[in-house]
Amino acid sequence: MNKIALVARREFLTRVQKKTFLLTTILLPVIIFGFYALIIYFSVSSGSNTKIAVADNANIFNGKLENSDEVTFSFLQNETKASLEKKVNSKEYGGYIYIPADTKPLINDSIKLVSGEKIGLIARGKIQDIINKQLEQVRLLSLHITKQQLDSARNDNSVSFSTINGSNDSDMKEGVSMAVGYGAGFLIYIILFIYGAMVMRGVMEEKVSRIAEVIVSSVKPFQLMMGKITGIGAVGLVQFIIWIVLVFGLTFLLPLIFPSFAHQMQSQPIQPAGMQAAEAFKNASADPTFMQGLAQVNWLMIIGFFIFYFLGGYLLYSSLFAAVGSAVNEDPQDAQSLMLPITMPIIFAIVIMTKAVNDPSSGIAVFGSLFPLTSPIVMMARIAHGVPDPVPYWQLFLSMALLILGFLGTTWMAAKIYRTGILMYGKKITWKEMWKWAFRKS
Amino acid sequence: MALLELEHLKKYYATQKAVDDISFSIAQGSIFGLLGPNGAGKTTLLRMITGIFFPDEGNIIFDGKKFDALNDIIKIGYMPEERGLYKKMKIGDQALYLAQLKGLSKNEAMEKIKFWFKRLEMESWWNKKVEDLSKGMSQKLQFVITVLHEPKLIILDEPFSGLDPLNANLIKDEIYGLAQRGATIIFSTHRMEQVEEICDHIVLVNLGRKVLDGTVQQIKQDFKENKFSIQLSGIPATITSKAFDVIDMKATKLTVKIKDGFKSNDVLKYFIEDGVNVEAFSEILPSLNDIFINLVEDTNAKTRSFQKVEP
Repeated sequence: MNKIALVARREFLTRVQKKTFLLTTILLPVIIFGFYALIIYFSVSSGSNTKIAVADNANIFNGKLENSDEVTFSFLQNETKASLEKKVNSKEYGGYIYIPADTKPLINDSIKLVSGEKIGLIARGKIQDIINKQLEQVRLLSLHITKQQLDSARNDNSVSFSTINGSNDSDMKEGVSMAVGYGAGFLIYIILFIYGAMVMRGVMEEKVSRIAEVIVSSVKPFQLMMGKITGIGAVGLVQFIIWIVLVFGLTFLLPLIFPSFAHQMQSQPIQPAGMQAAEAFKNASADPTFMQGLAQVNWLMIIGFFIFYFLGGYLLYSSLFAAVGSAVNEDPQDAQSLMLPITMPIIFAIVIMTKAVNDPSSGIAVFGSLFPLTSPIVMMARIAHGVPDPVPYWQLFLSMALLILGFLGTTWMAAKIYRTGILMYGKKITWKEMWKWAFRKS
Repeated sequence: MALLELEHLKKYYATQKAVDDISFSIAQGSIFGLLGPNGAGKTTLLRMITGIFFPDEGNIIFDGKKFDALNDIIKIGYMPEERGLYKKMKIGDQALYLAQLKGLSKNEAMEKIKFWFKRLEMESWWNKKVEDLSKGMSQKLQFVITVLHEPKLIILDEPFSGLDPLNANLIKDEIYGLAQRGATIIFSTHRMEQVEEICDHIVLVNLGRKVLDGTVQQIKQDFKENKFSIQLSGIPATITSKAFDVIDMKATKLTVKIKDGFKSNDVLKYFIEDGVNVEAFSEILPSLNDIFINLVEDTNAKTRSFQKVEP
């Protein structure tokens, strides 16, 4: 078997068979989702039904107030405040609304709800909604306006945007593209850090435990490094696929378990991302523009480029991380300072990306998407907006070619540093020395 | 026939000459001792022989051909001084992995691991992790990993450090056995008594240069100081002879040094004529330890690492 494949297989298997891998890959998302499910479950079911007695002496509501899960309104005749209070005290009702006979519907703040115990936030919002809705109708009627008239007056006229060459440039598409761009960019950013650091730790472990010398007497240092990088890359790929499957699975599962979510979620301050997605899909059928926006994003292309830039970026940075790992001795503090020059361009890329999602054609965005150290993150943000507009083909191909050249370059350079560093013990290695190793002739 | 020949090997680092023009050859099936103080360039030399480093200058002839690291690596087993194993990996898997890296197929590797584990009574270790092993146990494992693929050339850097006498003997016997079956062994150590016991041929390096090369017997002969030990029945009151000087006297045992131009018989003759009975008479050969210290002591071996390379 090929030696790189052998090394990669070990790297992959030892990581995948670890308990922590199972924990972070499968249990963690399940626990997070379970946690949210619990929060939502409690917030949904906590609103036990509050009975409200309404003494509508002015007949504002005409005896009509919608009931909901949280509140039930009962209209009572011939009650005084005192008698209502008695009923609340005897727990027959949770609270009462007393409307004096001379109340006019157009006067604000005229409705007071007195309750025995404090009413929960959700129920409170609900009561407010129901009463306002009813009041609005009553008020409109008193001004001789029908609901239909009001609705037609309120109708939004949305401005439709398109570019001169005819492509649709709707807000919805712009919004979806931005979100996709952000998402893809951040995902690559996270991948670079998590798996890059994993490569670095792996190299450090081999160096510190001195097994590197045993192994490089059997395989070339380059094979060892590449095997490690490919093995860990495969771990990353598997982990991501599992996460994606889990996220989608759970997202569709949750609304099935708690069907009353969708309504609740609108008033929920905490919205897990998965729920937003569920919400989005729920709304999708109702909101054609959103569906259009989604449809206009070329998913196949984005996933294709995501994989390319994921692999390219990972290969480019992980070899640099491997070089740093090989230069570090026992002291992990050294790793911190040596890592800085590598983490800088990644953070720089994120800064450019936040600009690129808003304005994908700006000069800095174009530069960022071509420069191989930042292109995996920045180009993803731009590609989400579309090819060939705003990303022309020449830029796309140049960026891809530069990335390939970039990772060949960093791998070549890192391999030379790695080869020397991995057998160098005891001495603290500086960037200057690493630079010298990288560019001397062998 | 020589299995390995080094011809004018050189390896210079930025601040030092690690290996400076070293040549020697190692006969097939011999146990060869590579000696030298710390930092003499032994490890660099070994790394060049194992293909980890390329020499700056010079040639390595391995098995009659120019050394080709890529293909010859399977014929070499190297046990570095700094032992290295994956701490969290199971011992069986580890041995299997390292054997496969050497180029064995999985089945071959499995078969050989089982053979060696059985031979060294390590079978019950298979599912243990290295971090659970004692230092001596991991040493044994490292030895097995080194010789597993039946290399023609086995390089052992301090193989006995950390082993108890029982296990040290076990490994020593294995080393003899391997040599008898045709393997050539390079043995690098500071422990001179082991070298005297085990090695056929030694080379001493210091400051990146070869200072000594020969068989153990030959070197001892070369460095002998004409010292003899004499056991007498009684000590005469005065001993004065132009043939030798007495350098030590313990009860009835004398140590004498014969002066240039005289032979051992002159010493015997003196005592016989003096009427003293000679009970035992033997030559004192210097120990390798003494030779080693003698040769290395006066050089600035310790300060060498800061020495500048002359342009």
